[in-house]
Amino acid sequence: MHIVVCIKQILDPEIPPARFQVDPSARQAVRGSAGLVISPFDENALELGLQLKEKHPGTRLTAVTMGDEEAVEALRKALALGADQVVLAADPAFNGLDSYGTARVLARCIEKLGGADLVLFGRQAGDWDHGLVGSLAAEELAIPCVTLVREIQMDGDGVRLVREGEGGVDVIAGRLPLAATVTNADSNQIRFPKVRDMMLARGKPITRWSAQDLGLDPADLEPTARAAEIDELFVPDRTSSCQFIDGEDGAEKARKLVQKLRELKLL
Amino acid sequence: MAKVLAFALTGSGPLPQSTYELLGGARAVADAAGGQVHLAVLGAGVAGKIGDLAAHGADRILVVDSEHLAVYHPDAYLAAARAAAEASGADVLLLPGDTRGRDLAPRLGYHLRAGIVTDCVALEASPDGLRFVKPVYGGKAMARITVRTDRKVAVMRQRSLDPRAPDPSRRAEVLNVEAAIDPSTFRTQVVDHISEETTGIRLEDAPVVVSGGRGLGGPEPFKQLEELARLLGGAVGASRAAVDAGWVPPSCQVGQTGKVIGPDLYLAIGISGASQHLAGITGAKTIVAINKDEQAPIFGVAHIGVVADYREVLPHLLEEVRAARA
Ligand SMILES: Cc1cc2nc3c(=O)[nH]c(=O)nc-3n(C[C@H](O)[C@H](O)[C@H](O)COP(=O)(O)OP(=O)(O)OC[C@H]3O[C@@H](n4cnc5c(N)ncnc54)[C@H](O)[C@@H]3O)c2cc1C
Repeated sequence: MHIVVCIKQILDPEIPPARFQVDPSARQAVRGSAGLVISPFDENALELGLQLKEKHPGTRLTAVTMGDEEAVEALRKALALGADQVVLAADPAFNGLDSYGTARVLARCIEKLGGADLVLFGRQAGDWDHGLVGSLAAEELAIPCVTLVREIQMDGDGVRLVREGEGGVDVIAGRLPLAATVTNADSNQIRFPKVRDMMLARGKPITRWSAQDLGLDPADLEPTARAAEIDELFVPDRTSSCQFIDGEDGAEKARKLVQKLRELKLL
Repeated sequence: MAKVLAFALTGSGPLPQSTYELLGGARAVADAAGGQVHLAVLGAGVAGKIGDLAAHGADRILVVDSEHLAVYHPDAYLAAARAAAEASGADVLLLPGDTRGRDLAPRLGYHLRAGIVTDCVALEASPDGLRFVKPVYGGKAMARITVRTDRKVAVMRQRSLDPRAPDPSRRAEVLNVEAAIDPSTFRTQVVDHISEETTGIRLEDAPVVVSGGRGLGGPEPFKQLEELARLLGGAVGASRAAVDAGWVPPSCQVGQTGKVIGPDLYLAIGISGASQHLAGITGAKTIVAINKDEQAPIFGVAHIGVVADYREVLPHLLEEVRAARA
């Protein structure tokens, strides 16, 4: 079995708002002192893929990213965690692509890899939060896609997936090949790479593909590929109006809080 | 002339609350452009559900009623949504930000060759066209987005649009739309649905939500949160960190990728207030935060703040509330 996990490197989404800035003219976040990380839901997808690889001997796992040279770090982490092969799709023509364009690039990478039985994505990237690329790439590949998946079990080419639904979870049955977008659960928290594996990953090869390698004409990435345009990016005003409850100890604070809630008719 | 088509993805259940929100938003956009509001109601046994939709702003109601729409299946709903979009001829399509709308949007957009914006919180109509407002970077920034394609698909975050006050004098034309739904072509099957176990009131409907985060340090303290929630007639929520740690089920997660709630009272205990968490509580009327770090971002949105180790406050709080209830 061949599993492909698509990952995106993003600005650390956990940096506090106070340290977050945008460049309004470039319509981009300012990097500042923030680190670059694999988008958290992509890590959930990677972990799910790694668990399936361990459970089903003979499985190959490939991590693919579209990004610039810095994104190599994300791929090295994937290698350290157990990916067999990694691909970086990089080309100036890929700059500023929207979800359609990104999906097309990733789909071409998967085709060039000889296809995949299971393609995993994070449910949405933690920077632009669109949540579209996985489903769109599956459309490009003409394979079914199950979204918001927490767990996957395989039996031959049969697959059972547990996905978030309305008011509970849906259990879905499907057949390979199939794509899934993954959401967080306690069972798919990313493992920690071992220092030794991090070292070894430095020496492993990285496959680099350009638009030309992928048979993509820049015209293929237009015009729907740039359908959604960011006109404006801004940081909203945050005015705080927090009323703090003071007190000598926990008991007094609790008492005053209850009193306050009573005044507000919330109790 | 702009036609806006809102979707109600009902399954076999009642009309989702989001239907009224989408109608409110669609009405504002259509009115600004002298256009029309269409509503597609997709589901099984839909007939009895469309009673008050004209009053809430629909000019035309497109009904796709099929037994194959009783549970949400992407292939079935895609066929139904395409048929409704075709029959309507709308240029702006609005989907609800629940698990169904999020799943359907990229599929529908792909097949209609439409640009897509997800997790929108506002629609800005002007003579120059329509702009979609969407939080990005987990809510730390906002983007105004223009979609260049003729047809546009937007997924609206729940509770971000206001329903219209109903006008009983309004009338709508009701149209039945046939969709070719053939289950033998479905590429996946929905084999089971496991409902969230709710001992009490649903998180989305609760007037009071008591939420815990990583600061609680383990699953045990959630028992106290449960008791507090029960006493207050509310439900327990959590941050993603508490879910990821396995302390509470994922159904408790509040936030951008969890539940979007609007309780009268939201109590955040041991939650730092990451922007992605706050995205789920922008509709909360009063927010109370208990956190030992006075710099925690949660205090930036809280109305009432208690800077303390929760272990020193919570037992007393429980006692006070128990006494008040007795
Ligand atoms: C794309 C994306 C989507 C996300 N979606 C969501 C989402 O839907 N919902 C969500 O919640 N998160 C979401 N997150 C994660 C989010 O960024 C934060 O990581 C998460 O909300 C942090 O949870 P927390 O506040 O419980 O933990 P922390 O940030 O670790 O905060 C714990 C807090 O507890 C306080 N504390 C510690 N001990 C005590 C004590 N004894 N008494 C009182 N206070 C104490 C600390 O001061 C701290 O403020 C998302 C992230 C990404 C990237």
